[in-house]
Amino acid sequence: MIGKYFSDNRAMTLPIVLMLPVVGLLERYGLKERAEVLIRRSKAATAGRVILLYTAVRQISISLGVSIGGHAGAVRPLVAPMAEAAARGRGGELSAASVVQIRAHAAAGENIGNFFGEDIFIAVGAILLMKGFFEAQGMNVSVWAMALWSIPTAFIAFAAMWWRCRLLDRRIERAAADEQKTGGAQ
Amino acid sequence: MKIITVESCYAVVGLYLFVLAGRIAAERQHPRRWGSALFWALLGVTFIGANVLPPTLVGYLVVVMVVLAATGQVARGASQEASREERVGHAERLKNRIFWPALLIPATAVVGTLVLGELHLGDVWLVEPKHVTLIALSLGAMLALIAAMRTTGASVGAASREGSRLLQTLGWSLILPQMLAALGGIFAKAGVGEVVAGLVAQAVPTGVPWVAVVAYCGGMALFTMVMGNAFAAFAVITGGIGLPFIVILHGGNPAIMAAIGMLSGYCGTLLTPMAANFNLVPAMLLELDDKHAVIKAQVPLALVIFAANVILMMVLVYRF
Repeated sequence: MIGKYFSDNRAMTLPIVLMLPVVGLLERYGLKERAEVLIRRSKAATAGRVILLYTAVRQISISLGVSIGGHAGAVRPLVAPMAEAAARGRGGELSAASVVQIRAHAAAGENIGNFFGEDIFIAVGAILLMKGFFEAQGMNVSVWAMALWSIPTAFIAFAAMWWRCRLLDRRIERAAADEQKTGGAQ
Repeated sequence: MKIITVESCYAVVGLYLFVLAGRIAAERQHPRRWGSALFWALLGVTFIGANVLPPTLVGYLVVVMVVLAATGQVARGASQEASREERVGHAERLKNRIFWPALLIPATAVVGTLVLGELHLGDVWLVEPKHVTLIALSLGAMLALIAAMRTTGASVGAASREGSRLLQTLGWSLILPQMLAALGGIFAKAGVGEVVAGLVAQAVPTGVPWVAVVAYCGGMALFTMVMGNAFAAFAVITGGIGLPFIVILHGGNPAIMAAIGMLSGYCGTLLTPMAANFNLVPAMLLELDDKHAVIKAQVPLALVIFAANVILMMVLVYRF
């Protein structure tokens, strides 16, 4: 049985494997470094704002049925390096803990945008699954209604992400300030 | 007839995995040369042969892969990552041209999804309409690879080397999502959900409208955490708790219940290592030592959104 389900779920692995040669090649030729140069030019950029902006783009585009981004395609090569560069541009070198925090939040932004945007689009797997479930029970529930009632949560999810990103920026600032204090005392 | 099937995309992946296995086998300094090569080669076999080999055999191959991974036989080789100076040098030379292959992937995926599924001459379809999204994404990745080689002037060998560097960074965790999804499928088949739903319905006073909402949303989140997949939880929990109590007993609106219930399940997805492709694989991709760092960052988000979902459903589901 494992064999059958393993084969049925190959679609989960396929995009990652196919994406990696491109991403690896672009990284070798300076994709991350270029993204960092661009982000340093922007005075307003912070790690939290970069991540929040990506979350917004991800959530809005997928709610219109356009799936762009992804952990392999966007977060590793673009979003995480840009967020790190933005934080470095403000407070200098980052502690290892701050780097982990920034990267983890970049991945979280991808998930929040993806999960809480997709159900607003009617032709998405989740909505069709729910429709199919009700049909099997002999009930007719409109896909439009289900998409509509997914909107309030979408706003709440984005607001929650905004809160976490602000907190992330504050934490990075505090860590940088602590660093300077201990550095100055020596 | 379909010209490009999803099986051919899987075959490309399988062939690439063979190339990777070959590279590792040829690498004398590799710390776990044969174990790693065997692991990637077996994964390649399961990708190419899924429809030809009997499922039982695939199952045994999966078991062998798990054993290899569990005994530490799958390791990464000495990676020759380009130095930072070299990468900065390329970045200054290529400027923003480096971005466009990366943007080509989503662009091709979107256009391909909209267009490719419609193209057919009588019974001859260009792509399998059922899997058009996946095929478009695969084509996007391949087009982008060609574009990237043209922009950077790199060879096929360099692309394959960089790909294997990243794949070895991921290591055996690459197959975790597939493994856990298979496990979830087995749970569903074993009827775990029906038992859980039955227990909840007995243990909790679902006769009270707001309690039914809490039980349903909580059931969705918890069961999603167990299964790693909100879709699998939906049918079970909605059939066991949502439909009989919220809709039939208390007259709630089924569309509101389903929409917010599914989103409550997604809060569970944010919290569980079972959803490896969303939570564990990114941690590996971003080279975080703590595999649960992404989940930890998501805990406050998931709790807040879940609480909001419960309140939203309480307020809305019996009103419209």
